[in-house]
Amino acid sequence: MKARSKRLMLVGGGVALLAAAVALVLSAFQQNLVFFHTPTEVMEGKAPTGKTFRIGGLVEDGSIQREADGLTVRFAITDTAKVIPVSYRGTLPDLFKEGKGAVVQGTLGPDGQFRATEVLAKHDENYMPPEAAHALEQAHKAGMTVSQ
Amino acid sequence: MIPELGHFALVLAFVLALVQAVVPLVGAARNNQSMMAVARPAAQGQFLFIVFAYGCLTWAFITSDFSVQLAATNSHSETPLMYKITGVWGNHEGSLLLWAMSLSLWTVAVTVFSRNLPDAFMARVIGVLGFVSLGFIAFMLVTSNPFDRLLPGAPQGRDLNPLLQDPGMIIHPPLLYMGYVGFSVAFAFAIAALLTGRFDAAWARWSRPWTTVAWVFLTAGIAVGSGWAYYELGWGGWWFWDPVENASFIPWLVGTALMHSLAVTEKRGAFRSWTVLLAISAFSLSLLGTFLVRSGVITSVHAFATDPARGMFILALLVIVIGVSLLLYAWRAPKLTGGGSFGLVSRDTTLLGNNVLLAVVAASVLLGTLYPLFLDALNLGKISVGPPYFEAVFVPLMTPVVVLMMFGPFLRWKNDEMGAVVRRLAPAAVVSVLTGVGVAFAIGNPTWRTMLGISLAAWVVLTSFQLLAARLKDRHGGSTSSRLSTIPAAWWGMWLAHFGVGIFIIGVTLVGSIESNLDLRMKEGQQADFAGYTVKFRGVVEADGPNYDAMRATIDLSRDGRAIATLQPEKRVYRAMGMPMTEAALDIGVFRDVYVSLGEQLPEGDWIVSLHYKPFISWIWAGCIFMVLGGILAAADRRYRRLAERSAPAGAAAHAA
Repeated sequence: MKARSKRLMLVGGGVALLAAAVALVLSAFQQNLVFFHTPTEVMEGKAPTGKTFRIGGLVEDGSIQREADGLTVRFAITDTAKVIPVSYRGTLPDLFKEGKGAVVQGTLGPDGQFRATEVLAKHDENYMPPEAAHALEQAHKAGMTVSQ
Repeated sequence: MIPELGHFALVLAFVLALVQAVVPLVGAARNNQSMMAVARPAAQGQFLFIVFAYGCLTWAFITSDFSVQLAATNSHSETPLMYKITGVWGNHEGSLLLWAMSLSLWTVAVTVFSRNLPDAFMARVIGVLGFVSLGFIAFMLVTSNPFDRLLPGAPQGRDLNPLLQDPGMIIHPPLLYMGYVGFSVAFAFAIAALLTGRFDAAWARWSRPWTTVAWVFLTAGIAVGSGWAYYELGWGGWWFWDPVENASFIPWLVGTALMHSLAVTEKRGAFRSWTVLLAISAFSLSLLGTFLVRSGVITSVHAFATDPARGMFILALLVIVIGVSLLLYAWRAPKLTGGGSFGLVSRDTTLLGNNVLLAVVAASVLLGTLYPLFLDALNLGKISVGPPYFEAVFVPLMTPVVVLMMFGPFLRWKNDEMGAVVRRLAPAAVVSVLTGVGVAFAIGNPTWRTMLGISLAAWVVLTSFQLLAARLKDRHGGSTSSRLSTIPAAWWGMWLAHFGVGIFIIGVTLVGSIESNLDLRMKEGQQADFAGYTVKFRGVVEADGPNYDAMRATIDLSRDGRAIATLQPEKRVYRAMGMPMTEAALDIGVFRDVYVSLGEQLPEGDWIVSLHYKPFISWIWAGCIFMVLGGILAAADRRYRRLAERSAPAGAAAHAA
């Protein structure tokens, strides 16, 4: 093989490899994005059913209930405007509390109940998850425009 | 008084950094010996002042001087001494000081261990490091002074985040920072080379041990951080593809590529332009990592600062470093042509392939990490990119890397024959695939993931031993032991690190395939069966620590009636912050860990107990230890100390990695 055709093969192979890698990355990317919605958006039907997404807000006061097995927990996430009921089976994070911020990831059932596969809470006492803060802010803004 | 002395020392360090940055570079440009000679004392003086400042800050923590803002917010008089000392870097300002201190330490190491470098080159290297240091000390003095006073002083401190009060956190940050910052040396060598136009084998040889040592620190730092997450976060995961983890993993990937690319540049004079680009990228990505972790754009236990001014400052620093070095690169790199040519089948090609793949992996991890931040910054919505994306990308891209990794050492530099190598390695390949399929069925988990993982691991382990056997067989006669003694340390380093990758893959694959988890509601005295073990919950007692109140459970672990371990997981509440914490208990073994953590207490007095069976997880850490040891051996190779022969021609030493 001539040096030039060797180089061409190397470059061609490299480009093909890169193209394959880029295709792989982009398809994985599209399939695995998890969108975030506020409770208000979920109530307005803006969230997809049957697809995984996240909701953030406050854990509503007095909403935490345990089922008889002690492991399944029901609670509600609110942005102070709307309330979404959530069920979750598993261990809750240490900092999960009523009246505090939390983010849940999972799917919305046809009954309007959110089935969480993951519950995220704050990392320390003084800190609110940004998604939860965002949800409250949105609801607050919306509330302001209505009352004005 | 002492905090003010520390602050003053930091200002003096800034002045010395300015001198270190400007004078040697001007001296090198003008070929002025006395100006170049300023480099070493300036760097060493700066180090002394930073260490002094760091000592002053530590003193404020140890003596619980809560008139220092940082101590008041990150320490407590009841905090154990060890965590008072580590609390110094458990926050934004202190961790920056640690960053600056490790940069300064690396610079001093360069002044001590690279005495044989030509003066002008040395002056430029130290000058570039001086600029980096200047930027970071300015950042501290302007936006994040660790010595800020709180007047009047607080009567008591707020304590260190309890998650950070853990032995793993004593060593994780310094190791990680030494790794991050260590790439600054390779970066400075690359910039100095761009300034002088000197890109020969000697330049690559000077850079190699520094890059390898930085990589060793980074590897160890990431491994310790992963181990900490495993036992401290209470749910048994060891890697989450969390943006903060990615921030350290991206430089690791690029650093790994850089290490290997430097090898080609040293041996064959090839890839020079690519090597320089990688050196710039590795350090830029370390800076980006610091920016991501410290600026508060990422929300995690690491994000101490949420002050936008700080984020903007680091961003500006980042733009300057990347911008200036890429401009310099664009200007000089076209001169970097040439280098040895090589055939399609050669060690050079395998290294090139892996370099490109590692760069692609790094880019795809970077994309997944930054994309949500971009969308958020542009107000286009909030999304998150979770582990499924990273796994979907990482596994297929790393598979050819692992295959090629073991091909390379069997091939000769420059040109080799495909047929011979394929014939040599075909048996290992066949046995590997059979092992993968066989093991997957044997453990009752016949998934693609398990088959692929075990096949790759078997491939690495088998070919490693084949490589060792080949190394001991060829060569000019002599006994096996005499041949053993002629193998250079660098070769052993390469061998061990690659072997470690195999061990690591075994751990990752098996823990992912056959781990199990059970959450149970348990009463005092209740027994349960889990993963072939019997677990008995003996109850919970109060067990208070120095700065926390705890409930400690006692759980007996037995198998077939034979007692194995008594585990005591705790649920703690740290008094100062009122913050609850789960402290898991582990029975660690070579082939499996049993991991127990306490959930909540239920109103009736029962507890939720979370049980995890983690097969082969220790192999993940063992793999990392092999990689680290391999790196240490490689960097300790004798030839790096024989720098007198610094202008040895490229390609002269054809053996070893």
